[in-house]
Amino acid sequence: MGVDARTLVSMRDLVIRRASDDRPVLDGINLRIRSGEVVGLVGESGSGKTTLGLALLGRIRPGLERIRGHVRLEGEDLFSVPAAELAALRTARLGYVAQNALEAFDPAWRLLRQTTEAALLHGLMGERTATNAATSLYGELGLPDPEELGWRYPHQVSGGQLQRIMLAMATLNAPDLIVFDEPTTALDTSTQETVLKAVRRLLRKSGAAALYITHDLSLVTRIAQRICVLHRGRIVEDAPAEEIVHRPRHPYTRALWGVAAGVRRSRPVPEQPLLELRGIRTGYGTGPDILHDVSLQLARGRTLAVVGESGSGKTTLGRVIAGLLPPRAGEMLLDGEPLPPRLKDRTQEMRRRIQFLHQSADGALNPSHDVFMILSRPLALFHELSGRAAQQRAEELLEMVDLPPDILHRRAARLSGGQKQRLALARALAAEPDVLICDEVTSALDAVLRNGILQLLNRIQERTGTAILFITHDLSAVRAIADEMIVMHEGQAVEAGSCADVLKAPQSEHTRRLLAASGAGSSRFMPAGQ
Amino acid sequence: MNRRNMGKETGGTERCGNVHPLVRIIAGRLVWAFLSLLAVSVIIFAALEMLPGDFARSVLGQSATPEAVAAIRHDLGLDRPAAIRYIEWLSGVLQGDFGTSLSGRGVEGGRSVAELVLPRLGNTFLLALLAMAIAFPLAFLLGLIAAMNRGGRIDRAINSVALAFVAMPEFLIGYLLIYWIAVRAGLLPSLASVGPDTPLAERLMRMILPAATLSLTVIAHILRMTRASLSELFERLWMEALQLKGIPMAIAVRRHALPNASGTIANIFAFNVAWLITGVVVTERVFVYPGIGQLMVDAVTSRDVPVVQACALIFAAVYIGLNLLADIVAIATNPRLLHPR
Repeated sequence: MGVDARTLVSMRDLVIRRASDDRPVLDGINLRIRSGEVVGLVGESGSGKTTLGLALLGRIRPGLERIRGHVRLEGEDLFSVPAAELAALRTARLGYVAQNALEAFDPAWRLLRQTTEAALLHGLMGERTATNAATSLYGELGLPDPEELGWRYPHQVSGGQLQRIMLAMATLNAPDLIVFDEPTTALDTSTQETVLKAVRRLLRKSGAAALYITHDLSLVTRIAQRICVLHRGRIVEDAPAEEIVHRPRHPYTRALWGVAAGVRRSRPVPEQPLLELRGIRTGYGTGPDILHDVSLQLARGRTLAVVGESGSGKTTLGRVIAGLLPPRAGEMLLDGEPLPPRLKDRTQEMRRRIQFLHQSADGALNPSHDVFMILSRPLALFHELSGRAAQQRAEELLEMVDLPPDILHRRAARLSGGQKQRLALARALAAEPDVLICDEVTSALDAVLRNGILQLLNRIQERTGTAILFITHDLSAVRAIADEMIVMHEGQAVEAGSCADVLKAPQSEHTRRLLAASGAGSSRFMPAGQ
Repeated sequence: MNRRNMGKETGGTERCGNVHPLVRIIAGRLVWAFLSLLAVSVIIFAALEMLPGDFARSVLGQSATPEAVAAIRHDLGLDRPAAIRYIEWLSGVLQGDFGTSLSGRGVEGGRSVAELVLPRLGNTFLLALLAMAIAFPLAFLLGLIAAMNRGGRIDRAINSVALAFVAMPEFLIGYLLIYWIAVRAGLLPSLASVGPDTPLAERLMRMILPAATLSLTVIAHILRMTRASLSELFERLWMEALQLKGIPMAIAVRRHALPNASGTIANIFAFNVAWLITGVVVTERVFVYPGIGQLMVDAVTSRDVPVVQACALIFAAVYIGLNLLADIVAIATNPRLLHPR
């Protein structure tokens, strides 16, 4: 064993369980990371990935308890060092990049001050040195105007920029180990690519070891030398990246790979559009236009994908159709009839016909309501169903979205992420809509769950003929679900057409860039025949 | 620090038209506060109109002849339409004239309401502030400790004691304090009947027991509100991220959590001061303290309408004013409004 191959951090037989119901979250984890080694940790939501990552930093969240096992950083047990020493260790030797940078910064502090805070507090650098180091890191990470950026507040920069500032914060003190907890999941495809490149460059330059947590197996193969697959609190597979790609042994790993399945068969185009937008222009408050002259047509039984990076206006477009943001110009037609721009001017029937499915099912479901309460409201509102009839219909809806009927009286807070998204879908379907607007519904889900939702949407469309407007930044989802697509960029539709045409022969420069960014991830390691 | 960049930043906050959004929002709040107060004045006036009986009857007693009652009513202008009397009253109030007290009118030509109310109001303010000076630091500290140890043994202990005090009516606390501290131990006077000539030291001495009573009732509220809002703040992801980058909990709380909580803290403070000023009637009764609550109760009994109106309006103004102040603090410390994109 050379100097480079010495063990940096080791986890031995770590068992962590939930204090409330004794359910194990991590069930006997053994993990060793050598100096400079990048280890990928892959698993679905709820598999214990984040708990494992935090444990590497000596942190156990409230509500969890460590039953046994320990984490050692070069022999030092992180669970038994005094708090002050642990704080110093975290600053000098450990780094952490959170999943959601938007929520990981103090909203009231300037970014530069937050970046250098720990280094200054523990006396690792003087103020001038720290400021210079942070500024040059910002520059290296491709952030615009690094001199000025640090003087802004978190809400004044974009999500992708915040994520990179968090990278700068984590690497400022040249740590030996960095834990990345899904650093690119919340970003759109091209920003994801930029951040991923920044991560790779930083790791190569600093020589730090890393644990890279993600649910995206194809992504982690691009960054990690070794990959551990976590399933229900256990590491079910731990092998070099090459082997995980070509010879996955555990069935769960194989399921993770089998995700790109399901290409849409073509169907005849119906004559009259169900929903039509003509020349929509809009913006927020008195601000500048977010959408410029956007037109689209959506036919019954078809799926139209609206693709673009964050900030391209695709979510705004969904809000306009839903009646949440009135356009400044242009018109909307539903079945040839004009659709009032404001939700409050729409009839109950119009509201029923257009349903909205949010990105975050968590935020859209009242956690203290049980499943039946959630489903019975639209049933009563739109179809005047109550009592026995409502219960029967609710059970049908659950069956439609592949949820077991016995969860009918469970509270929403007790459902898993995938179950919540299915429930939100069932609630939208309860109205029996003609148009279903799906706003990034799969972006917070891991690969297996995402695949499930996409197949479900396809199946439901076949059964009910609902037209779907599918807003996403994920091109592989577009392949699996959409008939037509439009590509948004800076508030304009830069390209529109059938999915097959656009994906095969993109006309606009911007579409080609999007394709290049996502293609690199999905095609390279995709095993043939899956 | 880098001066050049500082300049850039302040330049950035001052664009956005010619008015900073903060100024616009605060101006809007001021207008709303004024409108609310106006609405309250209508309600007060209308409510007193609907009160059975009037000053004439309560002065003349049961055996009054209808003629005598009518004469006094005419004399006081009570026989004119309510709308006209309201407008007269309101325009007086806007000019700082709260009218003349009805009682004592015959004797010496009447005392102005302001003359009657102001010293009492001062007394009540003093008592409320003294109570707050005792209660707030203590309650806030306990709430902070509870929030930092939420779910733990200390948290539960603090919470159960607080609950016990919430459940205890203030007159009971008042009499218990009088019994143990004034009567049994003889440490402090049991009555707080201060006059305008009472020297300050003596005045404060007499105010200790009522202030303590009020503190005990309000501590529990402040503590529980503080605990709830700080707990919510402590569970933010960025508080965890701070610890993970090596900032010890105590420093993270002091540097990051508390400044972010300033709006909420101002709210808790304002709410409880308002509660103290408008809710001290019982305690003033127990300790015979000459505050505005006592005055109002007496005025209601004798149907001295101008005094009641003035007291009610002052209570409303205190409530609205303090909440407005808390609102402004919350707005002015919100980084999103302070530093717009």
